[in-house]
Amino acid sequence: MVIIYEIFMENLSAFMAAMVVTLKLTVVSLVLAMFIGLLIAFFKISGNRLLYSIAQLYITVIRGTPLIVQLMFLYFGIIELVILPAFWAGSLALAIHAGAYIAEIFRGTIQSIDRGQMEAARSLGMSYPLAMRRIIMPQAFKRAIPPLGNQFIIGLKDSSLVAYLGVPEIYGTALYVQAENFNPFQTYLVAGFYYLVLVIIFTFLVNKLENKLNVEENEVKYK
Amino acid sequence: MIKIKGLNKSFGGLHVLKDVSISVGKRKVVVLIGASGSGKSTLLRCINFLEIKDSGDVILMGKQVDPQKDDLNKIRQNVGMVFQHFNLFPHKTVLENVVEAPIYVKGISRQDAKETAIMLLEKVGLSDKACVYPAQLSGGQKQRVAIARALAMNPQIMLFDEPTSALDPELVGEVLQVMKDLARDGMTMVVVTHEMGFAREVADRVVYMDEGRIVEEGVPQEIFHAPQHVRTHAFLSQVLA
Ligand SMILES: Nc1ncnc2c1ncn2[C@@H]1O[C@H](COP(=O)(O)OP(=O)(O)OP(=O)(O)O)[C@@H](O)[C@H]1O
Ligand SMILES: [Mg+2]
Repeated sequence: MVIIYEIFMENLSAFMAAMVVTLKLTVVSLVLAMFIGLLIAFFKISGNRLLYSIAQLYITVIRGTPLIVQLMFLYFGIIELVILPAFWAGSLALAIHAGAYIAEIFRGTIQSIDRGQMEAARSLGMSYPLAMRRIIMPQAFKRAIPPLGNQFIIGLKDSSLVAYLGVPEIYGTALYVQAENFNPFQTYLVAGFYYLVLVIIFTFLVNKLENKLNVEENEVKYK
Repeated sequence: MIKIKGLNKSFGGLHVLKDVSISVGKRKVVVLIGASGSGKSTLLRCINFLEIKDSGDVILMGKQVDPQKDDLNKIRQNVGMVFQHFNLFPHKTVLENVVEAPIYVKGISRQDAKETAIMLLEKVGLSDKACVYPAQLSGGQKQRVAIARALAMNPQIMLFDEPTSALDPELVGEVLQVMKDLARDGMTMVVVTHEMGFAREVADRVVYMDEGRIVEEGVPQEIFHAPQHVRTHAFLSQVLA
């Protein structure tokens, strides 16, 4: 116990800085992944065979190979083409990875919206894109919040693999610290603690958002 | 107002509408009746192009519509539709449901759209519900909002697809009343319904469909009291029983 406490205190500032890096990696990669996911989801529901096939191929490859392989493949692929700092290369790889899962989340929630919603919108004279934007997507986004929250938590933890590109996030910091102090067990325990804290905070925020949106539709709205 | 000639529509191998012709004059109310699966909804949906006919002519307000060339969004603005399951937008308040299309489709200012919406909500007896979400409404109230939403586009024609079939019996009357008021005000309407009382009272003509064909049509008096076809007779004795 004492030694855990000591390791915790000794490396407090290093892990705090690492936590910020982890958060940045997570946020950057997941924001990118949302765009990729949305685009790929639209490809899948477009009814265009070529776009559908592109989306399907992408999803199959990403879901069918390990993240660490994708990370290394993309990293060494990317640095062949452009000089990109490890942080950005890592973020991009994480985004491409999570994008496949997020695409499936969006596709699922868009298709789960009752057909009658699109029909009602079209019967009022709305174009397909307008109906999507104003009627379908707001409902689909709301339904996507729980699975997206889940995907965000996975993304947060997946960001640890970027340590192998030399990015000093939480796990990377733990790798470094345990090599210095020869206390791997305690050091990884401390690293795990930081991830746990982040995940708990994040879960709390997602639940709050979900409740807020649920409550709204069951209330009277004054304005 | 509506003229349909030789309409055919199939889903895969299923021939749902067979050479259907019908015309509805301005300010007229036509009630479509028929057994489940006879193609009533499909016919209605061909009028506002939610389904595209395979062959035949659809002439709306004197203009033949070519679904390949014409802007269907424009055409649908003139043809309101009310659905069996209301299809209100659950993420929008009652008022927002009603102003949505006028603002985003017609480009009317929010202020003007609101004024019209409040007037329409008053007309359907729901001005006090403007700020609630659909989840807080009864079925009858939802359907009245749906009618107001369709009317907000100021359509020339209103289509109703079994507007009271999903309602508890005690809520049917309030929706029918709104529809009667609308008919009295001179709206051109095509109504699919099993409410024979409504048909008797409001319809200028009743059209009986069976297996994708129009078997018989006439004024309510004729259809209800002296049906010419055995099938019409059999259907009516079933629903009126
Ligand atoms: N999108 C579709 N795809 C395939 N078949 C369809 C589709 N829409 C309707 N049908 C079929 O067409 C036939 C006629 O359907 P329609 O909904 O027009 O009947 P209806 O007279 O409105 O019946 P109900 O009283 O049950 O509403 C039915 O057999 C139905 O299964
Ligand atoms: Mg029907």
